[in-house]
Amino acid sequence: MVQQFLNGIITGSLYALIAVGLTMVYGILRILHIAHAAVFVGGAYIGLVAYTFTGSLVLALIAAAAGCSVLGYLIQRYLYTPMLTEERIVPLIASVGLFILCEDLFRLLGGPYIRAFKVDLWFEKIAFLEAVVTAHQVLILITTAVCLLVVYAVISKTKLGLAWQATAQDMDTARAMGVNIRQVVTFNFIIASSIAAIAGVMTAINYNSVLPTMGSVISYKMFAIVVLGGMGSIPGTVVASLIIGMSETFMSAYFGFIMPRDAIAFTAMILILIVRPQGLFGRAR
Amino acid sequence: MGLGYLTTIGTLVCIYAILAISLNIISGYAGQASLGHAAFFGIGAYASALLTLKLGIGFWVAAPLAMMAAGAIGAVVGVISLRIKGDFLAVTTIGINFVIVTVFEYSDFFGGAYGIMGIQYPTLFGVKISKGYYLLMCLGFVGLCALFSLLVSKSWLGLALEAIRENEAAAEASGINCAKFKIIAFAFGCAWAGLAGVLFAHFMRFITPNDFAFPISITIVAMMVVGGIGTLRGPILGALLMAALPELLRPLANYRLLFYGGLIVLMTRFQPQGLFGDKAFILRMLLGRGPRSMRHSGD
Repeated sequence: MVQQFLNGIITGSLYALIAVGLTMVYGILRILHIAHAAVFVGGAYIGLVAYTFTGSLVLALIAAAAGCSVLGYLIQRYLYTPMLTEERIVPLIASVGLFILCEDLFRLLGGPYIRAFKVDLWFEKIAFLEAVVTAHQVLILITTAVCLLVVYAVISKTKLGLAWQATAQDMDTARAMGVNIRQVVTFNFIIASSIAAIAGVMTAINYNSVLPTMGSVISYKMFAIVVLGGMGSIPGTVVASLIIGMSETFMSAYFGFIMPRDAIAFTAMILILIVRPQGLFGRAR
Repeated sequence: MGLGYLTTIGTLVCIYAILAISLNIISGYAGQASLGHAAFFGIGAYASALLTLKLGIGFWVAAPLAMMAAGAIGAVVGVISLRIKGDFLAVTTIGINFVIVTVFEYSDFFGGAYGIMGIQYPTLFGVKISKGYYLLMCLGFVGLCALFSLLVSKSWLGLALEAIRENEAAAEASGINCAKFKIIAFAFGCAWAGLAGVLFAHFMRFITPNDFAFPISITIVAMMVVGGIGTLRGPILGALLMAALPELLRPLANYRLLFYGGLIVLMTRFQPQGLFGDKAFILRMLLGRGPRSMRHSGD
């Protein structure tokens, strides 16, 4: 029981790291950024390369975050921003195309097989109540907490964060009030892509594997999470990630025969949307 | 490249053309984002396979029944679209695709992950249809589907759908029953996707859940968008281009998805109306109006 609870939290934390970035992008640009999953996989690969060369996990995380920030910025600047005036489905399809493109690029560059990403930490595993916690899981919990706290602090306490909030509420009004929209959007993509990169590295070391298709399931699942959380609401997304992480772990542990893990998120999402079309924590529009 | 090979590609192009035309009724005419069209493709295929194999019904009876099954479930999605709108609807349709494929994959009734084997090739008056005639039959269905789509766009239904696409609140205020027309659009679009599924199942004679997964939905959307959303020629030419091109570029087989993804990105970025859409540069050049700027997006 405690073990399942713990596993659920870990899964949920990883989901939260990915989904928060997606919800931030949606909050500002109103684009369903499916290529965010490609940024996530890119982070895992950059992290692996950096770790192989330097042997330092901290440097690997920094390299992944930096590389993905650049990637996220390029996507935003040269793909999304020019098509903001188009119909809403256009950027969505562009994003899907970019995701397919990146996934294949990773396959061609990194090989179609699984690469190990083995990181030795300061201890192997510890017993906690009646459960066993690995060092990787502790690291994931700490990293998630730090990342989410940083995002929270930046958004609620800094001037740029205030501008972010204003832009999320109403971009045109914010622009009229003198907010530098371009700066806000850039900042938004850098934060979102950095945490996706960190999530990529964390997922990779947690399962000791990096592979080109590691983003394909998460690319749809993160949408279910973001929708559950009410699209654009950061606290909602975090809670939804934990709910999905928990229910997946518990469902597959206790009723594994009803449905496969990956369908749970979508079933929950469809049911909740029918009852509450604005999402679990969304404001009615 | 033998004749049999070309016939196979031709048949698949026809099936994709029906899928793209039918999705265009939902997304192009009625403006409802649907990223789960492959689910209805699958419902048609599975329904027809099971009807012919388990109940021993003939192809020509099973096909309309399978269309109705796909149309009925499509109508349910239409009902859902009344409550869930815009981006939420797009994500919901991804979810529906995911859930339906899961049902196929995890239920023994639908053959599980191994799918269904031994589906019969259709017969006409007791004679097995040859591959060449099957292609002709598929072409005929593409013609029917295109004719249907044309009739819809020229009718009162098409006008109503266009009004819903442009501004739903205004359409409702002018006395259009948006709910009814949205459900009709979904039901018709999905029924045609079901027919494409029937043609696919009896052509391949072996179907698995993966044939109808989310990436297929994206392929259909890409065909519609690359061709030109909202027009009739767009989805047809888009399907022709995108289904045939990777097959004809065999040496590039290893880079197929790279090419596919890249094409989608370039198209949406520089030519979001599609290659053959209303403002497409190809059409303007052909019509002699001369290429102006390739970019329509205001910066």
